[in-house]
Amino acid sequence: MLKSRHLLGIADLEPAEITLILDTAEAMTEIAARPIKKVPALRGRTVVNLFFEPSTRTRMSFEVAEKRLSADTLSIAVAQSSVTKGETLLDTIRNLEAMSPDMIVMRHASSGAPHLLARLCRSVIINAGDGMHEHPTQALLDAYTIREHKKRFDGLKVAIVGDLMHSRVLRSNVQLLNKMGAQVWACAPATLMPAELARFGVRATTSIDEAVADADVIMMLRIQHERMHGHFIPSTREYFTLFGLTPARVARAKPDVIIMHPGPMNRGVEIDSDVADGPYSVILEQVTNGVAVRMAVLYLLAGQEAAPD
Amino acid sequence: MPQVMDADRMSRALTRIAHEILERNRGTSDLALVGIRTRGVPLARRIARSLREINHEEIPTGSLDITLYRDDLMRHAVGPQPVVRRTEIPFSIDDQRILLVDDVLYTGRTIRSALDALIDFGRPRSIQLIVLVDRGHRELPIKADYVGKNLPTSLKQSVQVRLQEIDGEDEVLLDDPAPAGGASC
Repeated sequence: MLKSRHLLGIADLEPAEITLILDTAEAMTEIAARPIKKVPALRGRTVVNLFFEPSTRTRMSFEVAEKRLSADTLSIAVAQSSVTKGETLLDTIRNLEAMSPDMIVMRHASSGAPHLLARLCRSVIINAGDGMHEHPTQALLDAYTIREHKKRFDGLKVAIVGDLMHSRVLRSNVQLLNKMGAQVWACAPATLMPAELARFGVRATTSIDEAVADADVIMMLRIQHERMHGHFIPSTREYFTLFGLTPARVARAKPDVIIMHPGPMNRGVEIDSDVADGPYSVILEQVTNGVAVRMAVLYLLAGQEAAPD
Repeated sequence: MPQVMDADRMSRALTRIAHEILERNRGTSDLALVGIRTRGVPLARRIARSLREINHEEIPTGSLDITLYRDDLMRHAVGPQPVVRRTEIPFSIDDQRILLVDDVLYTGRTIRSALDALIDFGRPRSIQLIVLVDRGHRELPIKADYVGKNLPTSLKQSVQVRLQEIDGEDEVLLDDPAPAGGASC
């Protein structure tokens, strides 16, 4: 059973809770193979997907997960909402709450926005990405994919390469992998390397060759042009030469390495097409697993609802 | 805790049920066993084994987790949220005669959930219900086709089926007065 009513970040989860979510997700995967891909677990529950930032994969993944659990879903994208008319975040949520949804899945460009709402609202809040802070369901689906292939976390070398500075995927993944006993190597150009990484017990390097050497898992992150207000890299072509994942670099890793990417991919910027589509890539499995993991999170949190807060 | 069934009697009851299945269905063609997790699964496997010994035919056997079909997910005064486990039905149930297996038949709510779940997998020709123990107190119009033992109980009592595969021992215990949350359904 989960201790918190909300899923705001990996920071709040204990290893046993992470294992419970992954085990529950494993049971959920089978539903996708049925003739009727739906179970009645969340029948009559209303889930609002509130996306203040554009997202295709995560929002669709949550929607599919909610529908497979028979919840009633409502997706609101920022462009259509009254935020553009000047309403504050809190007023938007209070208005939504007046229609009594049970859960709110939320993405916001400001770090900590879901935490604020969790304090002020009655609904269960699931963080679907807040600024540069956390993206817990992404880290959970990454963990699920790693566990499926490696059967363990303990002692694994996981290399995370790319735009670390702007990445909430990195921050959630580092915490999760640390809790589960894996060793994380982080690699980025010095301009995109967050200073606080060392505090998390991460081995930081600017050499991708060092990062991927004997790695069990390589996780590539996207260059987030939309968050770059300044010159962090000279050119995408130079970036690819120095930090792109090529077949030659993959060859330095363990023979059974898996290559991951949370998407959307920039082919030819952080990853070579031959690697993205190659035999070590589990990128599309991540998408499939995302649905099962989000079903697990929704189901486990739905059970919390009755609890007094 | 008083024992109401030992390993011997349990084994005889399951063998008898296997014979009843053959008699009633005139053989094993189109039959498939589905055990309800947790303890229905080993019981289904044992019945499959008995049927094989008697009739020399293999019966497809699957397992069903009904957690996501329960009607009490949001009523947590009852106890901790149940853990979801894998459903494995590696065959088509369309036009099959399904033998649904559970350890204890009580309110009938588990069976109601299991019927809903099964129907999501296809359209079986029929569904028959096998239980090791029928303890009465139905809350829904559900009845078993094959019963290992009819056990009159009071609502205060709890029935506990223990199996070699899970608990290391074959026996049925009748506990009274029940501590909160006995393993019955």
